[in-house]
Amino acid sequence: MSVTALSSPSLARRQPSWLVRLFDYKPFLVVMCLAPAIGLLAVFLTYPLGLGIWLAFTDTTIGRRGVFVGFENFQYLLTDPLWWNAVFYSVVYTGIATFGKFALGFWLALLLNNHFPFKSLLRAIILLPWIVPTVLSALAFWWIYDPQFSIISYLLVDVLHWRSSNVDFLGSPWPARFSLIAANIWRGIPFVAISLLAGLQTISPSLYEAAMLDGASAWQRFRYITFPMMMPILAIVMTFSIIFTFTDFQLVYAITRGGPGNSTHLLATLAFQRGIAGGELGEGAAIAVSMIPFLVFATLFSYFGLARRKWQQGEAND
Amino acid sequence: MTDTVAQSAAAAKAAPDTMAWDSGLRRLMMIYLPLGCFVLILLFPFYWMAITSFKPNAELMNFKQHNPFWITSPTLAHIKHLLFDTAYPHWLWTTMMVAIGSTTLSLIASTLAAYAIERLRFRGSPYVGLGIYLAYLVPPSILFIPLATVVVQFGLFDSPLALILVYPTFLVPFCTWLLIGYFKSIPYELEECALVDGATRLQILRRITLPLAVPGLISAGIFSFTLSWNEFIYALAFIQSGANKTVPVAILTELVTGDVYQWGALMAGSLLGSLPVAIFYSLFVDYYVSSLTGAVKE
Repeated sequence: MSVTALSSPSLARRQPSWLVRLFDYKPFLVVMCLAPAIGLLAVFLTYPLGLGIWLAFTDTTIGRRGVFVGFENFQYLLTDPLWWNAVFYSVVYTGIATFGKFALGFWLALLLNNHFPFKSLLRAIILLPWIVPTVLSALAFWWIYDPQFSIISYLLVDVLHWRSSNVDFLGSPWPARFSLIAANIWRGIPFVAISLLAGLQTISPSLYEAAMLDGASAWQRFRYITFPMMMPILAIVMTFSIIFTFTDFQLVYAITRGGPGNSTHLLATLAFQRGIAGGELGEGAAIAVSMIPFLVFATLFSYFGLARRKWQQGEAND
Repeated sequence: MTDTVAQSAAAAKAAPDTMAWDSGLRRLMMIYLPLGCFVLILLFPFYWMAITSFKPNAELMNFKQHNPFWITSPTLAHIKHLLFDTAYPHWLWTTMMVAIGSTTLSLIASTLAAYAIERLRFRGSPYVGLGIYLAYLVPPSILFIPLATVVVQFGLFDSPLALILVYPTFLVPFCTWLLIGYFKSIPYELEECALVDGATRLQILRRITLPLAVPGLISAGIFSFTLSWNEFIYALAFIQSGANKTVPVAILTELVTGDVYQWGALMAGSLLGSLPVAIFYSLFVDYYVSSLTGAVKE
């Protein structure tokens, strides 16, 4: 464009570098830089998300293009006791596991925030459960929960003599449900603890010194300094935790596959069983779509419920 | 980031003085004892996994005569079975290729995107950033059914290439946000100087911004590698033939056979499958911690 205004010698000199100048033209550069990321996300995330919602309103099966059936899939789900069971267990699973993860993770973060030798080594070790592939640690839990050769049963029966028979971890509904929740808490503690530890370290020690001078007890210091200061980061970590616990798939699929008697199905495993294993893509997609309202609600609740404190404190930014 | 580190160091130094009233016993009961319990519980499954993979079957199934917490006659039989009688090496290779491929792809895409959003500052760049962040909140459990049909449409079903292309959907948002944070910490003046000296935008990215963002790139890279190594649901849904499976899926679907589970082989497979990420992790611990906490704080 501006080339025409230039004198001919400089034109001759600059001519070969039109490619360079094209890449210096900002709108073009912006488009080029964003294209790979936006392209990938549009094709493999946005489009499937829309397609999934569309599939939920059709009776597509594997190998057959479906037709639009309106709310039929959802009406069927509302009469399906298995779906209600999965909704119930998903909520219970998310609720108890999130509570456990945050209670224990916060405690661990407070412990790690003390000064002691080998601190960084310990912090590295603690993250291990989160680094190792979930399915593989879930297999270890499956083995730990074995009906005959469970190490926990061995401890309780043969070493401590607290029980006379082996614990039946995965054989009946409620023990199986709680065994899965325990495994989920085990896996989630490191992430919560390390994230919250990072938050704890940003709290200025002078606040604690001031509180101690005023004679605040350890509990008061936690309640009135640590907890309020941690609210913003708690809100974010909890939002993530709730989303990924509610849509959890790996642990349940690896340990019980929804059994015994479909009692431990989460919505994600039920969607997989109906959609991929059973071939009913439309119904599976409807189950997956039925997670969205819960997720939106949980996100809004945890984010605004907790993060509201931030502007109440009058902080502009963290 | 550096501020945080400095502050935390200051906090750690200040702690012993302010806690001077702590007596030794109290410290033991309040800190070391619970900490010990946490470490014990968090590490026990790995210990159990490791010890099971070296136990002969006779010891595995007999707690009465052998102490289950120890091995009397360790054996490599399970690992040998895994490496020579199953397609395990092939699964490891596939997983490695998928992880490296998707990590490379997402690093390139997210570096460019983060640079455009943070440095080129076009109109609406905050919204693009927010959009990419929101993409991170869409869980794979919602997407895998429609994605399976998309993968079939592209003719990629049962091909590891499908995984390489799909994994960036959860890697790109994470890496982009991590890198935006790193680019923010690089002084803009450096780029302005280069602009004044006549460097093109791409030269600036290659010669100035990228070299300074190396720690961020390493963090994003190892995180992506770990996440793609661990991914399960897409690999389960898109890959059908035994040879193309990734390690987590293959162990669960190919090694779990019949009524009697081969616990020795299963645990050996889990141990070997965890080792690459564990080794990777031990080499780059600090990057993991900083990227984990950095991403949360963004």
